[in-house]
Formats: sequence, structure tokens, C-alpha cells
Amino acid sequence: MAIVAQNTKFGTYGRPLLAWFIALLFFFPIFWLILTSFKTDADAVKPEFLFFFTPTLDNYLNMTENYNYWRFASNSVITSVFATAVALFVGIPAAYAMAFNPSRHTKDILMWMLSTKMLPAAAVLYPMTFLAKSIGLFDTHFVIIMVLALINLPIVVWMLFTYFKEIPKDIIEAGQMDGVNTWGEIKEILIPLAWGGIASTALLCFIFCWNEAYWTVRLTTTDAATLSKLIEGNRAPEGLFFGRLSAVSAAAVGPIVVLGWFCQKQLVQGLTFGAVK
Amino acid sequence: MGRIVLEKVVKRFGETEVIPPLDLTIEEGEFAVFVGPSGCGKSTLLRLIAGLEDATAGKVIIDGEDVTEVSPSKRGLAMVFQSYALYPHMTVRKNIAFPMRMAGMPEDEQERRIAAAAKSLNLTDYLDRKPGQLSGGQRQRVAIGRAIVREPSAFLFDEPLSNLDAALRVGMRLEISEMHKKLKTTMIYVTHDQVEAMTMADRIVVLQAGVIEQVGSPLELYHKPRNRFVAGFIGSPKMNLLEGPAAAELDAHTIGVRPEHISVSTKASKTAWKGTVGVAEHLGSDTFIHIHGVEGCDPMTVRAAGDIAVQHGDTVYLTPDREQIHRFDDQGLRI
Repeated sequence: MAIVAQNTKFGTYGRPLLAWFIALLFFFPIFWLILTSFKTDADAVKPEFLFFFTPTLDNYLNMTENYNYWRFASNSVITSVFATAVALFVGIPAAYAMAFNPSRHTKDILMWMLSTKMLPAAAVLYPMTFLAKSIGLFDTHFVIIMVLALINLPIVVWMLFTYFKEIPKDIIEAGQMDGVNTWGEIKEILIPLAWGGIASTALLCFIFCWNEAYWTVRLTTTDAATLSKLIEGNRAPEGLFFGRLSAVSAAAVGPIVVLGWFCQKQLVQGLTFGAVK
Repeated sequence: MGRIVLEKVVKRFGETEVIPPLDLTIEEGEFAVFVGPSGCGKSTLLRLIAGLEDATAGKVIIDGEDVTEVSPSKRGLAMVFQSYALYPHMTVRKNIAFPMRMAGMPEDEQERRIAAAAKSLNLTDYLDRKPGQLSGGQRQRVAIGRAIVREPSAFLFDEPLSNLDAALRVGMRLEISEMHKKLKTTMIYVTHDQVEAMTMADRIVVLQAGVIEQVGSPLELYHKPRNRFVAGFIGSPKMNLLEGPAAAELDAHTIGVRPEHISVSTKASKTAWKGTVGVAEHLGSDTFIHIHGVEGCDPMTVRAAGDIAVQHGDTVYLTPDREQIHRFDDQGLRI
């Protein structure tokens, strides 16, 4: 059947065209964002300058000089890297235990973990904010790292669990017979064998952390504020300055888009995990 | 070293009792084979000894020491798995070195042992390859190499030859037997193949539904099966079991005659069993004839000379060797 489908006209021309159309459709907002970031605030809202305008770097210069872009960016890097590290540090042993020593409650635990993702974040906004403030952790890297790590932990555990499940149990048992302890099993056998899966999980977790806006905006003011906060901070009472806002947004999504581009293979593998054996 | 004792060992998975209370002693230096149909608990029993499964009750004792609660890594046993279970990310050399590295053995000693194992297993040229670049037989040799270098108190084999093709299986069977003669270390070998059991074992443990049906040397099991199950399981082709008048004549519920203990003739005889040839399998050295129409056993298998001239539909007369008839009561036990 598949071979027949390949030979139809749709298979030859229609499908690639459709793919290009969808890709461009998805890429357009980013393209528009980048384009707008090189316009002045005045030009940005005028339809006649949609594609043809005099480009300027003012928005970017303004952003780095007046908005302290690099501090926000470094906060984003710090919180995302450490949150990913914490999530993996907890997630790898958890997924290992469930994949290789499952109990009859393992499925329930996995579902329960996933169910925490269904809780609306707003429901715990006040408790979280008060908690952070009362223990003096408001606007610190620590609280952001912990929150980011915890909200991504379910997906990290799920992904790792799926990857670990594909490792034959015999290999782990051979390790036990060969005299390794639990930590040795993880370090010597599990991590080297699941390296690809762990990398995709880490990458996806990093992207989620980087893009997270709800908590990073609400639990920080300046010291631990990330790029999400910088974008959010560009709302002014006088209205939106589209040129500046676009520059900030482009500079915020830029690193992650580039990272995603270079790691396409791992990401696709990560996002379709479990789809094909 | 390597005396293994199981005392009243029980294994339950949830409500299912896979192994009811079981006692077994495997002597030092013995080659013991656990054999039985699939699902009889033989692998579970091996894994209990290895420590990969926890015993629900009872004790596992190795060299006088109770190891029931000891982790597999500390039992001093080596295991060869059906799937080989090599570390795919390591070269052959690193695979073999792994247990020694984990034990913190000095590197020059590791090298010496790797070289010795590789030489005896014909792996010297493959030491720098990854398992994925090896054939099934070579992988199995690596798995054995990894087990040997540790100098364990006992080797555990879990159906190690099942994934190999028939010709290779016969070769590896010999190699393992020779290895046992040389090392004189206790070996426990699990298989569902009674030919492997017969050819390799010092002592065979026949299991069914977690229960030991009989323990004995291959020839003991062949000549004196304790019950119908063992009688039918050991020997190839299988023993013919007859019920009805033929059995009653000998005061038994069932009688068993092995295919090699029946002679075939085309000459009519009143005392012989009469039947019709179904399929005759000519192996060259022997002919296995499947005969229909014998009362109480259909089809009956007979092992005849390689050059016997019988064809489908021929009427034949069968005479069992009276000395070699096994009698069983209505419980299936040997009389």
C-alpha cells in the first residue's frame, strides 16, 4: 500500500508542498518577530512597512544598554541548566527503579506523576508565592531552579522511563551478577546505554525551563529574573512598543531556536518517544 | 568450592506459587542440569540461586553460608544468559574485563586473564570489536569468557544455547562440557532440551510445575524413570506409553516402551502388536517409523535400522523387548 501511495501525484508534489506550507505557517511568527525587531517602534505598527522598511539596530542596542539583557540571559541560563540537572538527578534513579524493579503500583505512580501536570498552576500561585516569601527565597535562583525542576520532573521521569524500558533487563541483571552495586548499574550500564534518550530528555527539559513564564515572572523581581520577565517587563502603561518588544523577544527565543536547530535529531527522537519501537 | 543447597525454598508471584517448598543439593564440582517443559520453574529456580529473584521462604546456602538475603553481586556466582546480555557499548575486551574491574583487580592480572580466556575461547582476534559486530556463537563465547575470568564458585547457565542454530549448538555443547572437565567448577545449566540435559549432565533435575519429579544421572533417568512424566520427557524419540489390554496383561495401568526397544517385522505374528505404517523418517543411520492402529497407543514410534524397507500403508508387526518395558500404576508412578 505504501509503495502505491508514493507513486501518486499527491505523494510526489502535494505532500512536499503541504509540508512546506505548514512549515512556513509555523515559522511566520518568528520571521515576523525578527523583522519587526529591526524596525523603529513607529514603523512597526504601520502596515505599509510590513516588508519594506529602513532597518535599524536601535532596539537591540537599547535592550543591551538600558534593559540589562545580559543579566536576564545569564539568569535564564543558570536556572535552566541547574533545573535540568536537578530534574535528571532525581528523574534518572526514579525512572530506573520503575523500569527495572516495577511493583504493581508503578503504573499508578506514573499516572499520578503525570496528573500533577493537570493541576492549573494558578491554583497554587498564592501558596507558592507566600511560601517563597516567608522562607526568604523569593526572587532567588534557588527557588526558580526548584520550581522549574519540579514542574518538569513528571515529563522527565516519563521520558526516561520509556527509554529505560527499551534496555533489556538481562543486561542490568548481568551487571548485578558481575558485581556492580545499584549506583554502578546506573553509572556503568544504564547511562551509557540510554545516553541518547537522556540527552533528548535533558534538551527538552532545558527548552521547557527556558520558555517557562508563569512562575519565573511571578516569583522574581530583579535578582533571579529570567528573559521571560524581561519580555513581560516591556509592557508599558503607554502601550506596547512593538519594535523593542520584538527585539527582546527575538533575543529571548533566539538561543533556544538555535539550540533546537542543532539538536533536531535528538528532539524529534525525544518528542516521538515510544511511538515506534 | 561451590556446594549449593536449597532448603524448603518457596517462590510465589502474588498468589501464584511457582515453586512449592523444594529441597535440593548440588554437590561441589557437579554439572547439574535443570530440565523441564517451559513454565516449569527451572529458570526461576536458577534465578533464586543467583539472587535475581528473592525467595518467598526457605534458604539458599552456598558453601555453608546462608546467602538468602545476600545480593547477587556478592554471591560469587557467574551467570550466562540466553540473550548473552553483553554490554553493547563496550568492546569484547571491556566486556570480559568488567567483572574484574568491578572487583578492583589489578590491571596486569586483568590483562593476563583476558588473554587466557580469549585464547581458550578463540576470541583473541575479536577483542577490540563491539558485541554488535559478532556472530551469535562468538557473542555466547564472550558471555562465557566474562563468566570464566571471575573464577566464580559456580556457573549458572540459563538456556545459553537456545538462540544458536542447531550445528553451532552441538559445538558449543561440547565446549561447555570440556570447560567443565577442565575447570571442575560447579555448573548449573537450565534447558528445555532433554538432549542437552542427557549429553552434558552429571545429574539431571527434572522439573514440572515447580516440583522436582526426579533427580538422577542421565542413565538412571533413562533406565528407571520414577513416573510417567519423566518417562515421556527423557529420551528421543519419546517413550511409547500404552494403556488398555496390553498394560493390564502386565498388571499395570500404563506401560512404556522406548522406540529403540521395539523390533519391527512384516511377518505376521500372533503375539506381536499389529499396525500400519504412517510416516517413515529415514535419517540414514536410523529410521523412525510412526505406526497407527496399535491399541492403546496411537501413533506408536519405533526406531529401526537405517536401511529398513517399509512404506506408507504397509502392515507391520511389533515386538517389544520384555526386559525393557516400564510399568506405571494409575497415579503414573513406577511399579
